[in-house]
Amino acid sequence: MLNITVDPSKVPAPIFERSPGYWENVAKRFTRDPVAIGAAVVILLLLFMALFGQWIAPMDAYKTSIMTRLKPIGFEGHPLGTDELGRDMLTRLIVGAKLSLFIGITPVIIAFIIGSVVGITAGFMGGWINSIIMRTIDVFYAFPSVLLAIALSGVLGAGITNSLISLTIVFIPPIARVAESVTTQIRSRDFVEAARASGANALTIVRVHVLGNVLGPIFVYSTSLIAVSMILASGLSFLGLGVKPPEPEWGLMLNTLRTAIYVQPWIAALPGVMIFITSIAFNMLSDSLRSAMEIKD
Amino acid sequence: MSEMATTTDILVDIQNLSVTFNAGKKPVRAVDGVNLRVTSGEVIALIGESGSGKSVTLRSILKLHPPRRTVMQGSINVAGRDVLQMSADELDAFRGNDVSMIFQEPLLALDPVYTVGDQIIEAILRHEKISRAQAKARALALFERVRIPSPERRLNAYPHEMSGGMRQRAMISLALASHPKLLLADEPTTALDATVQIQILLLLRELQRELGLSVIFVTHDIGAAVEVADRIAVMYAGRIVEEGPVRSIIRDPAHPYTKALLRSVAHGSFAKGTRLETIAGSPPDLANLPPGCSFADRCGEVTDQCREIDPKEVWLNKQHRARCIRLVPVN
Amino acid sequence: MTDSKKSNDQGGPAQPLLSVKGLIKHFALQKDFIGRSTGVVRAVDDIDFDVRKGETLGVVGESGCGKSTTARLIMNLLDRNEGEIIFDGMSVGGNDLPLKSFRRQAQMVFQDSYASLNPRLTIEDSIAFSPQVHGVPKREAIERARDLLVRVGLEPRRFAERYPHELSGGQRQRINIARALALQPRLIVLDEAVSALDKSVEAQVLNLLLDLKEEFELTYVFISHDLNVVRYVSDRVMVMYLGQVVEIGDCETMFKTPRHPYTKALLSSIPSLDPDNRTEEPPLTGDPPNPINPPSGCRFHTRCVHVQPVCKEIMPKLIEQPDGQSVACLMFEPKSAYQHKSILLEPVL
Repeated sequence: MLNITVDPSKVPAPIFERSPGYWENVAKRFTRDPVAIGAAVVILLLLFMALFGQWIAPMDAYKTSIMTRLKPIGFEGHPLGTDELGRDMLTRLIVGAKLSLFIGITPVIIAFIIGSVVGITAGFMGGWINSIIMRTIDVFYAFPSVLLAIALSGVLGAGITNSLISLTIVFIPPIARVAESVTTQIRSRDFVEAARASGANALTIVRVHVLGNVLGPIFVYSTSLIAVSMILASGLSFLGLGVKPPEPEWGLMLNTLRTAIYVQPWIAALPGVMIFITSIAFNMLSDSLRSAMEIKD
Repeated sequence: MSEMATTTDILVDIQNLSVTFNAGKKPVRAVDGVNLRVTSGEVIALIGESGSGKSVTLRSILKLHPPRRTVMQGSINVAGRDVLQMSADELDAFRGNDVSMIFQEPLLALDPVYTVGDQIIEAILRHEKISRAQAKARALALFERVRIPSPERRLNAYPHEMSGGMRQRAMISLALASHPKLLLADEPTTALDATVQIQILLLLRELQRELGLSVIFVTHDIGAAVEVADRIAVMYAGRIVEEGPVRSIIRDPAHPYTKALLRSVAHGSFAKGTRLETIAGSPPDLANLPPGCSFADRCGEVTDQCREIDPKEVWLNKQHRARCIRLVPVN
Repeated sequence: MTDSKKSNDQGGPAQPLLSVKGLIKHFALQKDFIGRSTGVVRAVDDIDFDVRKGETLGVVGESGCGKSTTARLIMNLLDRNEGEIIFDGMSVGGNDLPLKSFRRQAQMVFQDSYASLNPRLTIEDSIAFSPQVHGVPKREAIERARDLLVRVGLEPRRFAERYPHELSGGQRQRINIARALALQPRLIVLDEAVSALDKSVEAQVLNLLLDLKEEFELTYVFISHDLNVVRYVSDRVMVMYLGQVVEIGDCETMFKTPRHPYTKALLSSIPSLDPDNRTEEPPLTGDPPNPINPPSGCRFHTRCVHVQPVCKEIMPKLIEQPDGQSVACLMFEPKSAYQHKSILLEPVL
């Protein structure tokens, strides 16, 4: 019989058998935050618009009408007025959610994947591999994002696919930097040393020990980039480097309504309002997520 | 000292001190009705494990706890003035003047962007109106007093350029800059190597002798306490469970916790292969203290009454007291 | 479990379990702009020692002595510059004992109980990780983890699915020990494993370690700065100073009659716990020197009370004394140039 030093039944511990994991705690804190809930609701609405826009929109997004151009808000049959070609603004704003969100979110998702792989590899391997990777990243990071996006788009040409590519490239360096930084911190922790001491190879250690601890912070940082991405995408469209008319996309709409600013300023501002709402919602979501994840453990 | 100290000798008089923190879900009573007296020129050691309340008690003397989350009751009289009643301005003048504090990690207490000499000079000038050159001479004298070799050179060093023991000495000299009557020491030697620790402990004893300095020394290391203290107070779960002259505590411990603590210190006198005496369980949750004696669950001499009655202090002789219902007071 | 242990044993009880020869580890400091390094930290500088089967070897020394670096070198968590590490007669990393096999047989427990555990994994997942690395199927690994929890005194029903942040330091350290045992190793290196614990908890964990050592036939290398604890647990003790071994030998003999002046100073720095016998003079003044530019010759000569000019010139070797203790000091080298003042050939102990 083993002579156990401490009687296990005397060791103080509550009786329940499963304790909430880290992510369950995060979810709990997140759902208690009213700002987080508000932001999540707004984003869900926007996503709904993006997915089902063409079915819920009242009118045809492409139907022009010379007679009803630049009608103000509250005009009969056009609750939010019409644009410079007579198309219904409400419809175009709703349908435009699809492209705008797509161009805004997709580059961040792809950059998250690529940036994480690059950053975690650099952070975990250290040494000269780290130097090569990170210094290359730094070259791109040195460019202001707007200029870089424009330059890349200029090289690649206009169009949705090319804007996606150039925006993805813009976001890989900052995400990679965050990934490398967090990975380097985790790598020096004793539990990673312990995993090495047990004979695990690098890939196993990264999979089991590193990923679970670094993906969270990287993800939170990436969500904060969505707002930036939306604005950059709109900017590219505004400059004619992104979406081509007559596709409804908020940035492009800002461009084409530019001249209407003296005639119908409220109409001209509407696409900007949508961009504003979307970026605020994503920023709030990202902030709340970060707070929820800062559990004192 | 066989008679009670006269009131003029008492430098610090803590009466019925309670400190409750309201940060979490339930209020935590970190210190519960502590009475402690320190006379001039006396070194008293506060011993306890984590959660015992020893550091909280120490920091209460300078009122260092965040005001919004802390509720402090009782009185702390230092040189006749109650710290808990002081206004913010009075506190500013009080801290670092009559009472100074040294910490476990000097790197946290010393500003990394100023030389050590500059920091001491600034501390001196804050409390005295003398010239900078005079302050510098005083700083040099302080460095010599704490036995820092090549003191003129070291005055111009930055904290990170000094070794651990040297930094601790520098921090002590910073604390002495204002001629304090009382030095509060929060685990100052815990992070030091053995050979350096003994040097610092001896230095503190020397300063006590030469300057008549009173010291309240918080530690979890009984050995360090014995080297430096005249009296020892043992704390558990926010209360002083035993207090008395160092000889009495070591030779005739009364409280079961003190006895168990002394036994569980791995000592050379233990025969190899015998088991160490352990104190079963772990320190209690201060937010959920059980009724009766808070040590009851871990006590080797516990009785049923212990879990019902809150033990009061019992004086075993004029200087030695303990908090246990099984003790009989000696007249 | 003990059967597999016996089948692992190669050389029998006389062969040391671990044999370290000529171990050297230098860390380069910052390089200047042309790439020359500005200095070298001689963390571990040519040390030899053995760890015998079934013993507890205590390792003591102060900051900069290299004991933690030595621990990591033994575990091959750091690459050595030079030297051999031989485990039960086989060279670690060689053909007879590839690194992964070595890792099954030698494990480590670190000082920081919290940082040693992945905060995102449950306790049983943390313990079950290393068996799975070596091919044990998950269900069996989890079962083994739960069994080990019982052996270290933690009820699986209460602890297996908890997370590290919910437990106390003592409980976490037990889990780290369980994790080290999961691979059924023969050697466990404990690097300040109980230093961060409260005294009462420390005693519990030490008792546990001794029980486990007996049950699983383990060998321990026990690194600590707490000399009382080392004295209690160790069979033999190794004293390190500035990257070198200055004394090694039987524990009780060393504590009763230390030879090397540094060992003497270190042992007399232990607070006495006797109010009537307080220390009056510090046995050693100043701080442990910098491992970047260690003194020439005997590295302790700058602080030694018995120093002589020859000590600055010649680096003493670790020489075995008639009673089995080994000391690296010219006073104890029979033919050294050290001038003994008394007519006795050996200094009075």
